[in-house]
Amino acid sequence: MSKGRFGIHGGQYIPETLMNAVTEVEKAYFKYKDDPEFNRELTKLYNDYAGRPSRLYYAKRLTKELGGCKIYLKREDLNHTGSHKINNVIGQMLLAKRMGKTRVIAETGAGQHGVATATVAAMMGMECEIFMGREDTVRQALNVYRMKLLGAKVHAIDSGTATLKDAVTETFREWTKRIDDTHYVLGSVMGPYPFPQMVRDFQSVISREIKMQILEAEGKLPDAVLACVGGGSNAIGAFYHFIEDKGVRLIGCEAAGRGIDTFETAATVNTGRVGIFHGMKSYFCQDNYGQIAPVYSISAGLDYPGIGPEHAYLHDIKRAEYVPVTDDEAVNAFEYLSRIEGIIPAIESAHAVAHAMKLAPAMDKEQIMVINISGRGDKDCAAIARYRGEDIYE
Amino acid sequence: MSNIYKAFEKHKAFIPFITCGDPDLETTEKVVYEMVDAGADLIELGIPFSDPTAEGPVIQEANIRALGDNNNVTTDDIFELVIKLRKKVTVPMVFMTYANVIFSYGSEKFISRCKETGIDGLILPDIPYEEKDEFDPICKKYDIDLISLIAPTSHDRIKTIASDASGFIYCVSSLGVTGTRNEITTDIGAMVKLVKDVKNIPCAVGFGISNPKQAEKMSKHADGVIVGSAIVKIIAKYGRKSPEYVGEFVRSMVADIR
Repeated sequence: MSKGRFGIHGGQYIPETLMNAVTEVEKAYFKYKDDPEFNRELTKLYNDYAGRPSRLYYAKRLTKELGGCKIYLKREDLNHTGSHKINNVIGQMLLAKRMGKTRVIAETGAGQHGVATATVAAMMGMECEIFMGREDTVRQALNVYRMKLLGAKVHAIDSGTATLKDAVTETFREWTKRIDDTHYVLGSVMGPYPFPQMVRDFQSVISREIKMQILEAEGKLPDAVLACVGGGSNAIGAFYHFIEDKGVRLIGCEAAGRGIDTFETAATVNTGRVGIFHGMKSYFCQDNYGQIAPVYSISAGLDYPGIGPEHAYLHDIKRAEYVPVTDDEAVNAFEYLSRIEGIIPAIESAHAVAHAMKLAPAMDKEQIMVINISGRGDKDCAAIARYRGEDIYE
Repeated sequence: MSNIYKAFEKHKAFIPFITCGDPDLETTEKVVYEMVDAGADLIELGIPFSDPTAEGPVIQEANIRALGDNNNVTTDDIFELVIKLRKKVTVPMVFMTYANVIFSYGSEKFISRCKETGIDGLILPDIPYEEKDEFDPICKKYDIDLISLIAPTSHDRIKTIASDASGFIYCVSSLGVTGTRNEITTDIGAMVKLVKDVKNIPCAVGFGISNPKQAEKMSKHADGVIVGSAIVKIIAKYGRKSPEYVGEFVRSMVADIR
C-alpha cells in the first residue's frame, strides 16, 4: 500500500484531505518527467533563465593552502537568485502550470527557496505566498524584502520555534485549506512521496553536470563530493549520479549549531532517531516521547529537525557519511573561502567548506574533491558580522 | 472489535474532544467525568504533540499548554490518567494523536498499553489509508480500532477507505485544519451515503462544529458529531474551573442532537 520508500524511510504520512492533491502531483510528475516537450522547456529555462550549467571551478589557491587533494567548487551560487533552489522551483512550477494551478505556496528557511519561488512565480505570472518563521524573517530580512519586491506575499510564522520546521507545518496547513488552484512547491527532498523523488530528480542536474565537467577537466571521477545538509536537496542533487560509483565518497555536512553534545544543534543524523513527521519516516531530532526538538543552527537554511528520507537510507546502508559542523567552524569557513578564493559562500554551504578544510589536508595530491557551493553568501553578511560582534544591519 | 459501536447503539452520538493535560491532568480528569455525566457517548482524548499539523490555533495552543515547562505532560502520564478514568467511566474512549507519539513510544508497547488501560481506538490525522499498515496490524492484534478519516477531497477514495474501516468513520466536514467555523458547506449527507453504500459502519462528523444548531444539522446526516475546538476554548477561558462550564456546554449540545 505504502509508496515512495527508501528502505524503511519515506512514505506519505499526511492528512486524508491532502491525499488526492499529492496523488495528482504524482500523476502529473510521472506523466511529464520523461516527456520531451516538458524537458525541452525545462532545459531552456535552466539555461536561459537560471544560467545553467553552473561552473565547476578549480580552486587553485584553496587547494594549495590546504595542501592536500585538488579541490573543485561546484558553483550553484552563480545561478539566478543565488542558489540551487531554482533548479527545483523551475521544475515544479512548470508542472504546476500543466496541472492548471494558478497559485503557489512555499516554505522558506534562509529565504533562498522563497526567493526562487517568488522569482519564478513572477516570471510565469502566478500568484505566490511564502511562509517563513518570524525568527528567520529577522535573520534574513533582506530576502523578505526581495520576495515582496518580486510580488509575493510573505507570512511570518509565530508558532513553535518560529523557524523552518514551523514554516513547513504552516504551508501544509495552508495547502489543506486551499487545494484546487494551489500547488505547494516544497523546497527540499522531504515531505510525502512524490516530493523527495521529484525534488531529487530536479536537483540531480547538479551531479549530472559535475560528472561531465570533472571528466572533461580531469578524465576521472572525484574521490569525494561534499555538500551541506538540512532537508538535503543540494546534497542529494550533488550526490545522485555518483551513488552507483562506489569509489566516490559522499559526505553530507550537518549543522551542529553549538555542538552535537549540546541541545542547540540541528545535526539530525548525528543526534536524532527514526520517527514520522512532515509526511515522511526518517531521522528526526526528538525527545524520548517523540516530541520534535527545538533545533538550532546559525544557518536558517539548515535549522531543521529532520532530513530527507533518501539521505536517511544512504546513511543506513553506509553509502553516504553525515558529519557535524559547528557554527564556529562554518563561520570560519565562510570567512576563509571569501579571503582565499574571493567567493563568499552561503553560511549553509560554508558548512561543507568547513568539513573540506578538515578533510582535504589528509587526502593525497592526486585525489579530487568537489564541494557543492549551494548558494552565495551576500544574504549572510550582516548576520556573520553580528556573530563577530560588528553591529551592522542591512 | 472494540466497544466503540456501543456509542452509536441507542441514538446519535455526541463525541467531545479535549487535550490531555490542558491546563493540567487533574482538570482533564474532572472534565471527562463532567462530559460523561452530561451525556457524552464517546470521549476523544488528545495526546499533545509538539507540532500538531492538522490543528488550528485553538488546539495548537492547548498542546502548548499541556507540553509547557510547568506541565510537561508525557504519554506515560496520560496512560496513568486513563487507568484512573476507567475506574468510573464506562463509555468508549479513543486517543487522538500523531504518528510519531506512538512510533517513538514503540508501536506495540503503546497499543498493548491502550488495551490494558481501556482505550478503544486511535485517531491519527497523519496516517492516511496508504500508511495504515504502520499500526493497523498491531491494532487488530489488540482489538483497538484504528479510525479512518474521510475528507471533502476524498471522492473516489471513500469506497476503498470505508470497506477497510473499523470502529467508526471520522468525516472531516471542511477543508483546512481543526477550529470553529461559521458555516459548513460540504455535502455531508453525500459523503455518508458513499460510506454506507459500502459498509454499515457509524459515521461521525467533525471539524468546525461549535454550536447546538450546527450539531443538530450535522447529526441529521450522520450517526454522531465530534466537537473539539469549541470545548477547548471553554477550557482555555476557565482553566481549572472549566469542568462545570464544559459540562453545561455538552449538555446543551446533547439535548439538541437527540
